[in-house]
Amino acid sequence: MKRLTADLRDALAVAFFALLVFAPFLGLRLGDDGYNLILTPTPGLLAIAVGLSFVGRLAMLQWHNFRPAPPVRLTAAAAKSGKYVAPALLVFAVLMPFIPGIPNSYIDLGVLILTYVMLGWGLNIVVGLAGLLDLGYVAFYAVGAYSFGLLATNFGLGFWECLPLAGILAACWGVFLGFPVLRLRGDYLAIVTLAFGEIIRLVITNWVSLTGGPNGINQIPRPTLFGLKFTMAGGPHSFAGFFGIDPHPSQRISFLYFVILGLALITNWVTLRLRKQPLGRAWEALREDEIACRSLGINVRNTKLTAFAIGAMFGGFAGCFFAARDGFISPDSFTFIESATVLAIVVLGGSGSQLGVVLAACVMIGVPALLQSMQIYRMLIFGLALVIIMVVRPRGFISTRRPTVSLGKTKVISADLIAEGRG
Amino acid sequence: MAYALQQLINGLTLGMIYGLIAVGYTMVYGIIGMINFAHGDVFMVGAFIGIIVLTALTGVTSVPLGILAAFLVAAVFCGIYGFTIERVAYRPLRGSFRLAPLISAIGMSIVLENYVQTSQGALERAIPNLIPGGITLMQENGFVVQLSWMQLAIVVVTLVVLASFTYLVTKTPLGRAMRAVEQDAKMAALLGIDTNRTISTTFIIGSALAAVAGVMFLLYYGVIDFYIGFNAGIKAFTAAVLGGIGSLPGAVLGGLLIGLIEAFWSGYATVAYKDAAVYSILAIVLMFMPSGLLGRHEVEKV
Repeated sequence: MKRLTADLRDALAVAFFALLVFAPFLGLRLGDDGYNLILTPTPGLLAIAVGLSFVGRLAMLQWHNFRPAPPVRLTAAAAKSGKYVAPALLVFAVLMPFIPGIPNSYIDLGVLILTYVMLGWGLNIVVGLAGLLDLGYVAFYAVGAYSFGLLATNFGLGFWECLPLAGILAACWGVFLGFPVLRLRGDYLAIVTLAFGEIIRLVITNWVSLTGGPNGINQIPRPTLFGLKFTMAGGPHSFAGFFGIDPHPSQRISFLYFVILGLALITNWVTLRLRKQPLGRAWEALREDEIACRSLGINVRNTKLTAFAIGAMFGGFAGCFFAARDGFISPDSFTFIESATVLAIVVLGGSGSQLGVVLAACVMIGVPALLQSMQIYRMLIFGLALVIIMVVRPRGFISTRRPTVSLGKTKVISADLIAEGRG
Repeated sequence: MAYALQQLINGLTLGMIYGLIAVGYTMVYGIIGMINFAHGDVFMVGAFIGIIVLTALTGVTSVPLGILAAFLVAAVFCGIYGFTIERVAYRPLRGSFRLAPLISAIGMSIVLENYVQTSQGALERAIPNLIPGGITLMQENGFVVQLSWMQLAIVVVTLVVLASFTYLVTKTPLGRAMRAVEQDAKMAALLGIDTNRTISTTFIIGSALAAVAGVMFLLYYGVIDFYIGFNAGIKAFTAAVLGGIGSLPGAVLGGLLIGLIEAFWSGYATVAYKDAAVYSILAIVLMFMPSGLLGRHEVEKV
């Protein structure tokens, strides 16, 4: 009883604070009557927000009273089940477009999620493995997209010729932008990479003669299957015409789906292979302790640059695919929010975990996309989710680590045991 | 010459606003070592509270009183915002791994932007110039160099706020506690300083300063939207880094320099790339002078 009174008092205090916090914007709404600004009080909304805070805080306190914190064992069990989750997800991903009667919008959503999975896996090399905090990853996405857009519209190259070029160009930019920031660490590195991302976006926006400025680039060609186009018109050079079937939009969407699935799987495969090789081990060592790395003779500069370059390359591939999928690109697609989204996917997944990225991408991209009716609240929910997940699980969904190399039997450990130096 | 003088005046005014925001960044970075990514958005919240207060006081004829009310209310409410943000999003993550507070701060920044956008609408909001007029300093070939009352007011308010803030940090027990926690939080706690409270106070003060900057931005430009916090935040952070992060005079100096650079760049080079210029400076400073102009050089212990 005493405890309940204390809890009630606590919840009342929280409600009072909520009243103060929400009063300016939920309780009052600015509008205009054509000439002057006017204020409209909206006490109903404010009351709802305050009431929700009160009930929420009370529920949270009761939950803490009656339920002890979940044991750490749970995460180990989750890690064990990960062995089966990943293949199951893969099988589902491959078979999804063949589910009879599946609407095109779902396959389209799958394409979107896979794009972010690929971006997440690419950034995971930089952030999760090498421990370099990159807030400007969208720059490489933009470089890939614009490389394809410009090469295709100016020189008439197709998707498959441009894909490697976009990757190479993005990798060059990765080295170019990575070189100056080699000495920076942690938060400073994050801010400088953010600045680079913004600079690239500003250049794209303002260099109108090359990039079309805010209007972007139109009519970027779609990917083809060995020269077969996916047009609705049919004809001998179209997919439908060649195989003698009726053209249907789902063929094109499914094809895009498999292209991005393949690209994403290549990213994953390369990452997994690299982790087993000296380079990947050097990355992980660099993440743990840069000074120890240096004293053990690892070339820190080259190791960091390769991480930037390879991460950027996959970002470039994803950008190239993005341009091909939409057929249109503009600077609006490459804002800081994109970088934050991809970084959030990596960190929420549990940085370094490949499966975590997939789960986080499904949650962060799939859930808001399904909430179409709440479109205006999408980013609000996204931001709240970032804060809440960080507070509840600062190590991300998959918070265990299996060391890539070890003496004797490999043991799964909690990520809290990992030092994560200041690299 | 006249043109340069005008840009100097404009740059200094802008720099004062950046300096005030930068102080909040540098204080928080000094005390808990994290970039408070949501700080720029607290500045935006301050500007919006300012416009709400000014709208609510439409009938009041005394302009100075209305503006004073806007400053005070915005400062109080932003202080509450700062306290709440720290309590909800940062305190549970203290001592967690280094990426967690940054992600949480980015989340908080997105929340604040979208909270204001959904509750107040995405439209730009404008107010008329409340302090019109000014003094003409000189005239050259028909180009008039003017110091508007508004600019003068901004400079004066900033100086007053910064002076009282400096007094607070250097002379009061609270300021001593803040400096102690900044130097060594654990030792300060052992000596009986309530570190949690000190950190909360730091957030409240920093946010109140950002609110003052926000209201000044509103009065100076007359137009605000929910997105002004992002750019202003990065520029103010650049200012804090340029001055040497952790150093309070450095933050103000950095703010003035950034304001001047922006004004002169817009005046003599291209306006389109003024933000890019500031971002480049951020990168260059961090690469070649990571401890900034007035910052302490950090020695790395192994």
